[in-house]
Amino acid sequence: MAHHIKFSLRNVDFYYGKDHALKDINLDIPSNQVTAFIGPSGCGKSTLLRTLNRMYDLYPGQRAEGKILLDDVDILDKKTDLNHLRARVGMVFQKPTPFPMSIFDNIAFGIKLYQRLSRSELSDRVEWALKKAALWNEVKDKLGQSGYSLSGGQQQRLCIARGIAVKPEVLLLDEPASALDPISTARIEELIHELKTEYTIAIVTHSMQQAARVSDYTAYMYLGEMMEFGRTDVIFTNPSKKETEDYITGKFG
Amino acid sequence: MLSHYARRRLINRFNLMISAIAMLIGLLALGWILWVLLDFGFKGLSLKLFTEITPAPGSDGGLINAIVGSLGMTLLATVLGTPIGIMAGTYLSEFGQQGWLAPVTRFINDILLSAPSIIIGLFIYEIYVTTVHHFSGWAGVFALSLLVIPVVVRTTEDMLKLIPDTMREAAAALGAPSWMIVTLITWRAAKAGMLTGVLLAIARISGETAPLLFTALNNQFLSTNMNAPMANLPVVIFQMAMSPYDDWQSLAWSGALLITVAVLVLNILARSLFKQK
Repeated sequence: MAHHIKFSLRNVDFYYGKDHALKDINLDIPSNQVTAFIGPSGCGKSTLLRTLNRMYDLYPGQRAEGKILLDDVDILDKKTDLNHLRARVGMVFQKPTPFPMSIFDNIAFGIKLYQRLSRSELSDRVEWALKKAALWNEVKDKLGQSGYSLSGGQQQRLCIARGIAVKPEVLLLDEPASALDPISTARIEELIHELKTEYTIAIVTHSMQQAARVSDYTAYMYLGEMMEFGRTDVIFTNPSKKETEDYITGKFG
Repeated sequence: MLSHYARRRLINRFNLMISAIAMLIGLLALGWILWVLLDFGFKGLSLKLFTEITPAPGSDGGLINAIVGSLGMTLLATVLGTPIGIMAGTYLSEFGQQGWLAPVTRFINDILLSAPSIIIGLFIYEIYVTTVHHFSGWAGVFALSLLVIPVVVRTTEDMLKLIPDTMREAAAALGAPSWMIVTLITWRAAKAGMLTGVLLAIARISGETAPLLFTALNNQFLSTNMNAPMANLPVVIFQMAMSPYDDWQSLAWSGALLITVAVLVLNILARSLFKQK
């Protein structure tokens, strides 16, 4: 692969208590590219995404084994500073999750965690993030209003803006458009295209069309195993495995 | 098919009727109590209630010493009990997923929540009043705060549990440490509900008599000395209502009206706060 490798997974297993959810995953996620994870419900694609920022650590009983190298450093190591890791690896969830505060404070919250900026620097950064997330024009006159006052699609872009405002290196998107209408979905997909110049993006999606539209690489997962991984155009036109072809052509799943 | 549908309609009507009757019985009892209270309470209502201390039988007076005592002890008990309740409730909801401490605490808290308040009064009497050898305002405050804590623990935990995990995950995904997630995100999201819990706790303690009988007791005079016995509305009502003197009984009714109105206002406040959310 021509690209620098951002994440490198080696023999990763994941357990929900006794439930073996990921089985011996090996995968290289290239830098500044969009990597899509597809597969039927329960195949482990969201679980995999949640290992990349160790979100599962919030819940006792969930654990990962193996090695996950982020820029050659193993993040599964006990010494990993989780808060620092999550500041480098941002995440956007399926359901929009605005915080109970104003639009401005929603964006500023993450920034203030790790940087001491002056008032004007802070508002510049908020504006920058909202512009990046293509939300600025819709909210610039009501930054003081509650984040809940926005529509679902706007709330999701607010969450993306919040995620990029802290300038992470990687952005994990867990079905970011599944709760949105087609127009909002199209805006989010455009946004993903623009963002990949600066960020490494990993996206979980149920929509194969979406994976085909936005991603450079695609991973097909089934029952906790990595079935096939490769360039999206190859996976979608000439998959090497029969199972992948069956899923993509709709014979199954 | 029609007969099956008709049967269902009949059962539906019957059940609706039964529940309506049940509601009416409850409302009737409440209405009756309120009516008697208003009738007797308003008779003795006057400005003197708020300016003069409890009188000897046969002479003029008011309830100011009891009002001041009740307000002061309720306030201090709330100030003392609320932080403990909020901290414990937060622990149960946010940090106690693993281990035995949280389930045991929750169980004990549920017992405390339904413990007869007279037991709480006896407990403080035994461990505090008998060691300092006198009844006092502080003893009353301790007993009342023991009643505040379980209510606040319960409502705090319940309200925090209503906040979806996705909100906590979203904050964690930005790299926020857990103490910041709790104080800046989950508390803020659950603010209205938690405040409601505190108001309900205040409403609960403002009418309690039993825990004060063994602790603050009563005082004929206006006193703000927390280390001396302290007058309070519930005990004054108890003693005056039991007395054979008409003027004392009238004062007791007025005191009861004051407490009821205060509790009513607190409940309405709590309700409107919760609705705002």
